[in-house]
Amino acid sequence: MLKELQKPDIIRFLEDLKPRFELKARLFSSIRSFFDSRGFIEVFTPLMTPAPAPEEYIEAVPAADSLFLRTSPELQMKCMLASGYDKIYQLGPCFRKDEHGRRHRQEFMMLEFYQAGIDSNALMELSAELISFCAEKIRTAQTINFSTYEVITVSDAFLKFGGITVADAIKQNVFEEILVTKIEPKLPTDKPVFLSEYPASMASLARLKKDDPQVAERWELYIRGIEIANAYCELTDAEEQKARFKASVEFRKAHGMADYPEAKNFFNALDHGLPFCSGCALGVERLLMTLTGASDISQTVYPDEYRNEQ
Amino acid sequence: MYTASDLKKGLKVEIDNAPWVITEFEFCKPGKGTALYKCKLKNLATGSTMDRTYRPVDKVGKPNLEEKTVFYSYQEGDFYVFSDTETYEEIRVGRDVLEDKKYFLIENSECTILFFNDKPIDITLPTFIEKVITETEPGARGDTATNVMKPAKLDNGYELQVPLFINTGDRIKVDTRTGLYAERVTKA
Repeated sequence: MLKELQKPDIIRFLEDLKPRFELKARLFSSIRSFFDSRGFIEVFTPLMTPAPAPEEYIEAVPAADSLFLRTSPELQMKCMLASGYDKIYQLGPCFRKDEHGRRHRQEFMMLEFYQAGIDSNALMELSAELISFCAEKIRTAQTINFSTYEVITVSDAFLKFGGITVADAIKQNVFEEILVTKIEPKLPTDKPVFLSEYPASMASLARLKKDDPQVAERWELYIRGIEIANAYCELTDAEEQKARFKASVEFRKAHGMADYPEAKNFFNALDHGLPFCSGCALGVERLLMTLTGASDISQTVYPDEYRNEQ
Repeated sequence: MYTASDLKKGLKVEIDNAPWVITEFEFCKPGKGTALYKCKLKNLATGSTMDRTYRPVDKVGKPNLEEKTVFYSYQEGDFYVFSDTETYEEIRVGRDVLEDKKYFLIENSECTILFFNDKPIDITLPTFIEKVITETEPGARGDTATNVMKPAKLDNGYELQVPLFINTGDRIKVDTRTGLYAERVTKA
């Protein structure tokens, strides 16, 4: 009894985490066997990069020798796609500065996968199959039906749950507030939900929809109201991509954010030619949360050693 | 001023000229969008609550708050007079600030007064005080159940619910945070 009380925090934390860590290991092997069985190859790109993608709201953690820890393996994996790797996936850590909360860690495990020749709908189908396959292997939370899914457009979600049009939300600069406070809590929780067709101004690295350029071929996957993955039918137009990065760089400058060197290899690969393809980035810990009913990401990761919990 | 990234549970802030404490805090970051700091806040003066969501660029006021340890001296009309335990300076606090706590003031007991912009807005009394019951229906003898309650009055007119076994003349403990009966101290 006394010994129990005297256990250091780290020992008690790790004891509590063990059942979920076992499931986490199983989730990793499920993901690998899913992709391996479908002819994808697992790839490995560097954790450190001289030139992170200049995104408006994502900050890279500086590493040694003017390098940064990667915020995502996207640019490198696209170089691989441009050089003929047509079905690739990567599992590994990514880092985003100052992100810490119930669903965020500065360091987290990312699954990123790309397939040449498919659009965002086919990617949605593939992702739903992946989730369902993993749920079959490891899930403990029984209230979600992983064998089906629902698709809601961003525009419909704003009207239905937010009581405002997307255009007005953007105009009033409350898109994120409405999404987080009004929409996410009301999304169906009994099955996976794809929030699709993001407005063109939030296309990021996605192509615009051919028959409706007001929206991008971008979707996000939600399970139990938790955002699990972000996906694009990738923008392959090199000039358009350069223009978008330039706008991001301007935005970052105007907001006093870190200045990154130009992603030269990525631009060269785009000039060479990125094939028509779609790709998805998925937070593995968040998927584990929804599969195992965890309410806080801290229940899925090794305890923080660098940050005092308040 | 605080920047939004300073916000956390327990932090006291100033919004629209009023002092608030953050009672719940959540970091959100939807999709590729900006970070958001979702807060539930409680007004330190009135106890009312509200939700606010901040962006990283937002600034939030730092309230001018001060706490003083005092002891209670006497009542004068609508005011209650306290003395600073260090300087013996007299501090007058209005009935509106004390609300029901005025029933739990005991001469020379130590309290803490919270000031916002040098105005008293809240007071913390000793958690438990002892009071005598002056009026209640006679209790059922032998009934020691604590989950069945009946009304009772204290010597200063304050009304509260007490267990059936409490009788007039009994001395009880009251929790000053809630104004509720805590336990019996001595029987009449």
